Amino acid sequence: MAAVTPAPHRRGPLWLRQLGLGLAFVSPWLVGLLAFRAYPIAASFWYSLHEFRGLGQMRFVGLENYWWMLTKDLDFWTGVSNTLVYTLMAVPTGIIAALTVAIALNVRLRGQPIYRTIYFLPVLVPDVALSIVWLQMFNPQYGLVNTIIEGLAKLVGLDIVGPGWLASEVWAKPTLVLMHLWLIGHPIVIYLAALQDVPQELLDAAAVDGANWLRRTLHITIPMITPAIFFQLITSLIGAMQIFSQPWVITGGTGQPAQSLLFYSMVLYRKGFQEFNMGLGTAMAWMLFIAISLFTYLLFKSSARWVYYGGAEERR
Amino acid sequence: MQVGTLRQTLAARWLSRPVVEQIGRLGLHVLLLGLGITFLLPFWWMVATSLKPNYAMFRIPPLLVPFQDPSTWDRLVWENYPNSFTFTKPPFTIFIRNTLIIATLSTIGALLSNPLVAYGFARLRWPGRDLLFAVTLSTIFLPFIATLIPLFLVFRTLGWVGTWWPLIVPHFFGAPFYIFLLRQFFLTIPTELSDAARIDGAGEFQIFTQIILPLAKPALATVALFEFMAAYRDFLGPLLYLNKEEVYTISLGLQKFRMEYDTEWGLMMAMSVIVTVPIILLFFFAQRTFIQGITLTGLKG
Repeated sequence: MAAVTPAPHRRGPLWLRQLGLGLAFVSPWLVGLLAFRAYPIAASFWYSLHEFRGLGQMRFVGLENYWWMLTKDLDFWTGVSNTLVYTLMAVPTGIIAALTVAIALNVRLRGQPIYRTIYFLPVLVPDVALSIVWLQMFNPQYGLVNTIIEGLAKLVGLDIVGPGWLASEVWAKPTLVLMHLWLIGHPIVIYLAALQDVPQELLDAAAVDGANWLRRTLHITIPMITPAIFFQLITSLIGAMQIFSQPWVITGGTGQPAQSLLFYSMVLYRKGFQEFNMGLGTAMAWMLFIAISLFTYLLFKSSARWVYYGGAEERR
Repeated sequence: MQVGTLRQTLAARWLSRPVVEQIGRLGLHVLLLGLGITFLLPFWWMVATSLKPNYAMFRIPPLLVPFQDPSTWDRLVWENYPNSFTFTKPPFTIFIRNTLIIATLSTIGALLSNPLVAYGFARLRWPGRDLLFAVTLSTIFLPFIATLIPLFLVFRTLGWVGTWWPLIVPHFFGAPFYIFLLRQFFLTIPTELSDAARIDGAGEFQIFTQIILPLAKPALATVALFEFMAAYRDFLGPLLYLNKEEVYTISLGLQKFRMEYDTEWGLMMAMSVIVTVPIILLFFFAQRTFIQGITLTGLKG
């Protein structure tokens, strides 16, 4: 990139003028970074060391909030285990489903705009409405899903009762995972964008060499878009670990049945904004921050082995 | 021999390529359509429920088509649509208006801030730029839940709880994901264009507004759509900050159809359809731009 031509009326060394100009352009973000990211994270840590009810005096208690949370607070551990189980189910299935659909949607085919809209559609429904529809469709007695399952079973001569879905302690989380699978529109768009950048010459060359579609997909297309998969892996991990709206609406904030839908961020919301125990709430926030940073770090570490960065544009 | 080879090749081509491809295409259609139906089913359910009378809600087996049962034939409850506007207090139009105001202002904020910042990262050279960009990228991975309580306290100190400001103002200060998307897009615009303009004496801001922005329309549209949709469907933000019904958004308003002992399913689903359809149309017509606008080359930390 060419340097800015120094104009005669400007003063100071070139680097300083460049710095000033650069900072001027990014200045909104400097405020955003400091006020809406750095400060809250730092303040969060500071609050977490206090007994603090949101109003009035703060009392310094050291690591007591953390200690209490880890040793005495049952809700904390319920939230942790529910969230981990959900994350372990939702992230891999979500990645595979979105990738598969995106690859299918990327084939030149009549009607693709309509298909794409169909698969994106669920993301456009407000979470609240979606959760309510889900609640109705998965109602064990009156719901559409069990009617279909039981009806199909009858056709082959089986008389079964469908699962309890959101009303059952065992099935509640898998039902939420299904709901998550239904919301893969955003990752699909990201993958579709990445798929546009897979070099056609490479695919053509492989086709000439006799590689069939499946082999081309597995050995060229997917490796070429590993950066997008990697990005999606991290963002969906972070999203899953913060799941809030759907279980909140479905359970009315209770996390029932048997607390199987009481997720970490719901516990945090409860502590912070319903019990006004801001010290404990921020301690939970920091634990989440640490956990997510750790997972992200480990994923970045692993990325050297499987993420392909062939983009020559970045090497300058 | 030559003819034989030719015949073989032709036969092979006819057999392997087009037919296999035709079958493959057909299979793909079947797959996409079949899976697509399961994706459409909940939406269909929403529409069907919106037209059912209340007593038909818990029928066994459920009515997949609201008029499949002859006894309800003449009773498609179209009134649910107009009634869903007036059932809540204040009327739902207020919630829709509130949401549109918040989403529009957030989108304006995102469009004013992010391109400017992205330009600073993509097209200018200055000491510390790469370091700051690395920090920026790392904040994509910052969980927003972790910042929730301190931000709430800040906004409370400012007296903004109960107003829309906490939901709007932060968007005027950039978001790392949009900055990243736009930066990647700006990087694909040839630098010669900017250099030529500089030689002609244009300032950086002029180059930004008159050369880069017009070329980056798909990326700007993508950011606008993402932001608008995120604000439109946000739930936690409004739940946290909006405590009076007059300022409620659609997400909070929809919960008003759910009362302690009873839920107005029909009205709720009618309103859900009403607020979803415009967004679907928007996506359908904007999707090409949408996907073009996402440039991911060099997606790394």
